Amino acid sequence: MKSDQQAQASSDGPIVELTGVNKHYGALHVLNDINLQVTKGEVVVILGPSGSGKSTLCRAINRLETIDDGKISIDGKILPEEGKALATLRADVGMVFQSFNLFAHKSILENVTLGPIKVKGLKKAAADKLAMQLLERVGVANQAGKLPAQLSGGQQQRVAIARALAMRPKVMLFDEPTSALDPEMINEVLDTMVGLAKEGMTMLVVTHEMGFARKAADRVIFMADGQIVEQATPHEFFTNPQSDRAKDFLGKLITNH
Amino acid sequence: MDNYLSIFTEYDVPGAFWVNIQLTFWAALGALLLGTVLALLRISPVASFRAIGASYVNLIRNTPLTIIILFGVLALYGQLGFNLGGDFQGNFFRLAVMGLALYHAAFVCEAIRSGVNTVPLGQAEAARAIGLSFLPAAREVILPQAFRGAIVPLGNTLIALIKNSTVAAVGSVATEASSTMKTMIEFRADIVIPIFLTFAVGFVIIVIPVGLLTTWLSKKLAVAR
Repeated sequence: MKSDQQAQASSDGPIVELTGVNKHYGALHVLNDINLQVTKGEVVVILGPSGSGKSTLCRAINRLETIDDGKISIDGKILPEEGKALATLRADVGMVFQSFNLFAHKSILENVTLGPIKVKGLKKAAADKLAMQLLERVGVANQAGKLPAQLSGGQQQRVAIARALAMRPKVMLFDEPTSALDPEMINEVLDTMVGLAKEGMTMLVVTHEMGFARKAADRVIFMADGQIVEQATPHEFFTNPQSDRAKDFLGKLITNH
Repeated sequence: MDNYLSIFTEYDVPGAFWVNIQLTFWAALGALLLGTVLALLRISPVASFRAIGASYVNLIRNTPLTIIILFGVLALYGQLGFNLGGDFQGNFFRLAVMGLALYHAAFVCEAIRSGVNTVPLGQAEAARAIGLSFLPAAREVILPQAFRGAIVPLGNTLIALIKNSTVAAVGSVATEASSTMKTMIEFRADIVIPIFLTFAVGFVIIVIPVGLLTTWLSKKLAVAR
């Protein structure tokens, strides 16, 4: 009973919470006093120029990057430093990388079933069934027996999304998921992401795709020089940016496109 | 010619090589197991484990094999009475296998580590991101790819091990090839050069297929990226 109440209490709070997070790369202050809360079902898009710290922020949330000080918690639990507790928490956080990072020696199906079998202890048959459902959903079920290198970039990235979903994550992190893709493959990945957002997945997305931000984001966060400069709804941000940095950033986008 | 051929009836030349192949087989098995553990230590997230792995490799790799084998026989067995079982000869054989395995494990470790370097960092990050901790990530994702990237250096280590198995001669393994050769030379000084050539060619015949096999395997098993 008590644990039920605790579970209830924790799911009411923010899924991801960063408080006073700082990180330096030598003299570069890459994350400067970051405070951020992502609530359940929210889709947050992080925009900003290169080197603004947005990828580092995304990677810090499941501790692929360490932080110098501050606090990061997932669903009420503070991110541990190492060991089993960290692995357990990471299992609740889905991550999609710019370079897909599918396990190169495993088939598409095995890529998706590895986590459920080894981390969650699912039987192979159950994991296969789950994986096939997810591969179906992202539209690559017919490639299940192939190796990652035999798929196009867009297909690989959709498999990576299925692999993350197979862990039934509480939140999904996307670190520039379309930046390594050929232009004609970007939309198939974005469509999958928009689908996820509509189904209520909590998402934190680092991207340069303004279209996705407009279409799917509940909130846009604009970062520059390691700081959160501005946050607003997509409509507000794109039509009426407040800071000079954001105006400058958006101005460059418009003149370039 | 008959004079030369007589050495094959007087001495068991294939049998001598067979001893080296047996030494190599068991030592390779031991070195592969220990070398894999050492490689895991060296890539572990725990600093003290990395230090242990690095210390072993630096100590053993930089010690001459002859000294390690002699240490086994004269110090471990002769001085301390350390016995690995079997009869007198069997014990020397096992001590030699142990010395060869301990020595080559350091090289196997470094070969595997070079294989680990062929695995992109993103593979480890993806493994960690789905919640695998260090050992499952190593077993499921890193090592399977690292071994495929390490086939050629592992093959080189095996080739060195095959030839280094002759050092077992100083460890009183009297039946192996170089000991047999030494005995033959003592009694048949008239054909010293043919005897040398016989053993040299014998080793070349054993080693060449290993090189061909590892080259073929490394192409066949290469991870497509």
